Amino acid sequence: MSPVLSGVLQLTALVAALALVYRPLGDYMARVYSSEKHLRVEKWIYRSIGADPNAEMRWPAYLRGILAFSVAGVLFLYLLQRIQGVLPDSLSLGFTAISPDQAFNTAASFVANTNWQSYSGEQAMGHAVQTLGLAVQNFVSAAVGMAVAVALVRGFARSRTGELGNFWADLVRGTVRVLLPISVIGALVLVACGAIQNFAGIHEIGQLTGGTQQVNGGAVASQEVIKELGTNGGGYFNANSAHPFENPDAFTNLFEIFLILVIPFALTRTFGKLVGNVKQGYAILATMGLIWLGFTALMMWTEFAHHGPALQAAGGAMEGKEQRFGVGGTAIFATTTTLTSTGAVDGFHSSLTGLGGGITLLGMMLGEIAPGGVGSGLYGMLVMAVIAVFIAGLMVGRTPEYLGKKIGTREIKLAACYILVTPTLVLGFTALSMALATPPDSILNTAENSVNGSGAHGFSEVLYAFTSGANNNGSAFGGLNANTQWYNTTIGLAMLLGRFVPMVFVLALAGSLAEQKPVPETAGTLRTEKPLFAGLLVGAILIITGLTYFPALALGPMAEGLS
Amino acid sequence: MNTSVSGTARLVAAGLRALLVLTVVCGVIYPLVVTGIAQVAFHGKANGSELKVNGKSVGSERLGQSYNLDAKDKDGNPLPDPKYFQPRPSAAGANTENTKYSLLVSGPSNLAADSKVLLANVEQRRADVAAFNGVRPSSVPVDALTASASGVDPDISPAYARLQADRVAKANHLPSAKVRELVDRHVDGRALGFMGEERVNVLKLNIALRELANG
Repeated sequence: MSPVLSGVLQLTALVAALALVYRPLGDYMARVYSSEKHLRVEKWIYRSIGADPNAEMRWPAYLRGILAFSVAGVLFLYLLQRIQGVLPDSLSLGFTAISPDQAFNTAASFVANTNWQSYSGEQAMGHAVQTLGLAVQNFVSAAVGMAVAVALVRGFARSRTGELGNFWADLVRGTVRVLLPISVIGALVLVACGAIQNFAGIHEIGQLTGGTQQVNGGAVASQEVIKELGTNGGGYFNANSAHPFENPDAFTNLFEIFLILVIPFALTRTFGKLVGNVKQGYAILATMGLIWLGFTALMMWTEFAHHGPALQAAGGAMEGKEQRFGVGGTAIFATTTTLTSTGAVDGFHSSLTGLGGGITLLGMMLGEIAPGGVGSGLYGMLVMAVIAVFIAGLMVGRTPEYLGKKIGTREIKLAACYILVTPTLVLGFTALSMALATPPDSILNTAENSVNGSGAHGFSEVLYAFTSGANNNGSAFGGLNANTQWYNTTIGLAMLLGRFVPMVFVLALAGSLAEQKPVPETAGTLRTEKPLFAGLLVGAILIITGLTYFPALALGPMAEGLS
Repeated sequence: MNTSVSGTARLVAAGLRALLVLTVVCGVIYPLVVTGIAQVAFHGKANGSELKVNGKSVGSERLGQSYNLDAKDKDGNPLPDPKYFQPRPSAAGANTENTKYSLLVSGPSNLAADSKVLLANVEQRRADVAAFNGVRPSSVPVDALTASASGVDPDISPAYARLQADRVAKANHLPSAKVRELVDRHVDGRALGFMGEERVNVLKLNIALRELANG
């Protein structure tokens, strides 16, 4: 079997597995978020919070809940890292306190569902920070994303009210009923295949020729599974999902890709169920699926063709890839992780072909909506749908409607603000970093070190860092030394603003939609469940992203890939 | 103003309580339950898949290790031991050449496809591997020329294992055919027949080789 055929078969198997669970999981999540009943453990949790899970919230109250919870998350995680030095060795593994700028960066990163890491896991974070801090945010930041998506869907589904549900109930249900059960099963699958799960410290094991190796222990499998399922991406080890203890073989590799995609795709079914028309969900699914498949096919093509002088000399694109995954498995992982807000890697993006690196960048620049992060993918895509409906409305001269709601001035202003936030952060911070004196010193692949002396890859390293941060991805062109005060601070800000400012607009949009009375469907209504609309949506996404980022992409990956 | 300050404080306190409760659920109970089941049901794997020879630990089957001589080259790098199959190049993290595969930092080179440094590395490795094994430079497979992602890749391609067979056989005073047959027996196929790539686990192969050499 050729490696290309193996890659195509893996992609086929993945699509089949996702199709199999699409309906059951999507329907289950729809029940989770609309059920009247509370589980016993949930009641116990609501009592400890002191929240009434049945109290309906309007959008400002829903937002305040999210912000309060996230502020608490940042503070807790920051403190946990700052006190690591005084924790007992069994909890800290002997590591000292994390510096203030790096602790801020990491706290922002994990609360914002980004998991950008300017540290090396096995050399900085002990059991307490990893398991009590980082892994917990992997759960709850994902649950927050799902809650916001569900709130927006309720905005479409409800009328003549401003009420969007209860944040605490959505947060707790997403965690307890969706993320936890899948994580328990998934973690055991990973351990059965060879991922580690223990609380040993750093210990020595023998070597065949004598001497010893030092090995980290840790609750790796339990963290690995939620890192993928919650589209978080922060590795226990520096090598992330390329490390054999996180991702032991080719089967777990495909399983982890499946975990990344399963909730974002299934949420389109949940959306269809909740708005009372599953076909609307299929149109969104088709849009996401088309982009994801197209990007993956392109990535496989350029990686198998191994463009680039060094890769041509080597006879293949295996730099920064593992033998057990090969080129195919790594290519699928790379597009999946950047089209969602995951940022986990099983091979290193900086060593991809020039065009391959560009595909990962473009995937994030689309706003991570195909299928996107858990929750954030769906709400990002629905905002794009609002914009696509608006464009279609301009073409035919009708007031645009989507799902029976008028897209008026207020709605389109909110959607426009939403799509402006991340490009502003990405391009602004990148320009600033390139213009200042010292931030460019962090670049690894400088102009002097490149075969044609272009320095395009070095620019891509900086552009990638802010694209990844502001879009809450977390993967990196790892050559960039990001553990400096400048990058820790600016990327930290980009992550927080890139996560929470768009949420403000989404929730305001949801509130505004929920207050409307539904518009009856007429012969002139744009049929948003048809392939024509899915096509229009794909076009709108690609054109808006293209217009925004083309100049920056031309300076980086395109210059590298075409030279 | 006062009410909004106290309202905010109350809200953040609720957020903190929610975080602490969920920390107990997701950060204490969940990992302990998973660890408990994993330690009982998959004890060896959960603890790192350590391999033992005559009761002595020789490493983890999941992790690559180095097989070097005590001697060093002119740059102070250890020389590979011809008696063993050699793993892929490692660029693990900030490790120096001397401590590669020592494991404290896993990671890749992050060098770009148009990097002069990577191009030079590839050419150097091609020359080194060809000379070390007495083969034509053009016959060296790609996994022997490129650094892995983790820096602790436990596997090499069957092609790279076969390329090393004659040199290993000679150094161990074994017939080439026997060593080649040993390599063939250690080729792991693709998972379920189509996932990933074929590979040879270097540690397992070297353990079997040593048994063969020791008769």
